[in-house]
Amino acid sequence: MSVSTVKLKINGVEVTVPEGTMILKAAKDNGTIIPTLCNLEGLTSYGGCRLCLVEISGSPKLFPACSTPVSAGMEVTTESDRLKEYRKMTVQLLLSERTHICSVCVANDQCELQSLANQLGVDHVMFERQWTNDEIDSTHDFLVIDRNRCILCTRCIRVCDEIEGVHTLDLKLRGKDAQVIMDLDDHWVNSCSCTSCRKCAKVCPVGAIYIEGEPVFHTKNKDIAEFILARRNRKWRQ
Amino acid sequence: METVEKTKLATIWLSGCSGCHMSFLDQDELLIDLAKKVQLVYSPIVDVKIFPENVDVTLVEGAVANEEQLSLLKQARAQTKILVSLGDCAVTGNVTALRNAWSDSDQAVLEKAYVETSDEKALIPMAVPKLLKKVHSLHEVVKVDYFIPGCPPSAALINYVLTELLAGRTPNMEGRSKYG
Repeated sequence: MSVSTVKLKINGVEVTVPEGTMILKAAKDNGTIIPTLCNLEGLTSYGGCRLCLVEISGSPKLFPACSTPVSAGMEVTTESDRLKEYRKMTVQLLLSERTHICSVCVANDQCELQSLANQLGVDHVMFERQWTNDEIDSTHDFLVIDRNRCILCTRCIRVCDEIEGVHTLDLKLRGKDAQVIMDLDDHWVNSCSCTSCRKCAKVCPVGAIYIEGEPVFHTKNKDIAEFILARRNRKWRQ
Repeated sequence: METVEKTKLATIWLSGCSGCHMSFLDQDELLIDLAKKVQLVYSPIVDVKIFPENVDVTLVEGAVANEEQLSLLKQARAQTKILVSLGDCAVTGNVTALRNAWSDSDQAVLEKAYVETSDEKALIPMAVPKLLKKVHSLHEVVKVDYFIPGCPPSAALINYVLTELLAGRTPNMEGRSKYG
């Protein structure tokens, strides 16, 4: 079976990828990493964090690389001063939206948001910070959610729905008030659908969902992506 | 002997744990080189009580949590050419600013510390500077020229920034600094 392919240019380099591939994946497979916080291979694209915005020549608009499919002859730019400015701004907005204090966070040094801020040289937040005081739900036997650290990437919700297949987690409300909830906005301990599979904690890019008493470097697991892909493509069936 | 005009350096300790100053001192033998280039005119580690005029570089550790700190910071800003936020408390508010998540936190923290958890006679101290309603990072109240995040920032990073500033260059924090 042959797969039809598409030729495009990423940062001036011609690459060939299967039709329908998203720009983010096409770039990654050809050695160009585009920053993202909400995307995780194997889960559906969400396009929520806006960090993967790229330029496509011929359009003044910016496109989210995680949810824009490639097309023939496309010329994509993944790094520019303009993109960097926007990415820095996005990281600052994420940091300002809730109570993000790295020094007292379980995910300190293991956090994708923190690491991105460092890489981009975000040395301060120019926006007024919101100091949220949302409930920390530690009623579950070992899973904890601190919503003050949540960046609403929805990786946990997608992994719970698409891979574990139970859809315990979901979002309530909108904008800055949005919250990750369990079942019908109940405490975690009361959830009758949660299988305690820990996938939510594994994929959380920050310190919002974690396992009590377990170091975060132990929990966070990039291999989950491989596992997710294997499940999705049913690799074990040959 | 010919004397070279030294750069006037000041350091201030506001609401922080002094960890950033410890990190500053952790520059170890590099401090000897630094001492050849700068004159420390005001700092918790020198015995000067009043913030001097015409300071070249001021490093400020800690967030702004009370009225005295606010006035000292404003004075420092007015009398300094280059003001640097040193460490996460100065840059983000850090642990000090966690009280911002509660309204009326200025009263609440005093109640907690001096009444609720008091072993002996509960008494809120009155003869100390008044707490501000909210804890502020430095750039919320004055203009800040450079930022050195970190809890604490490493000695190497502090040394890098000072070296660049003393040489008249702009430090580049990309990939160098780290929150937390």
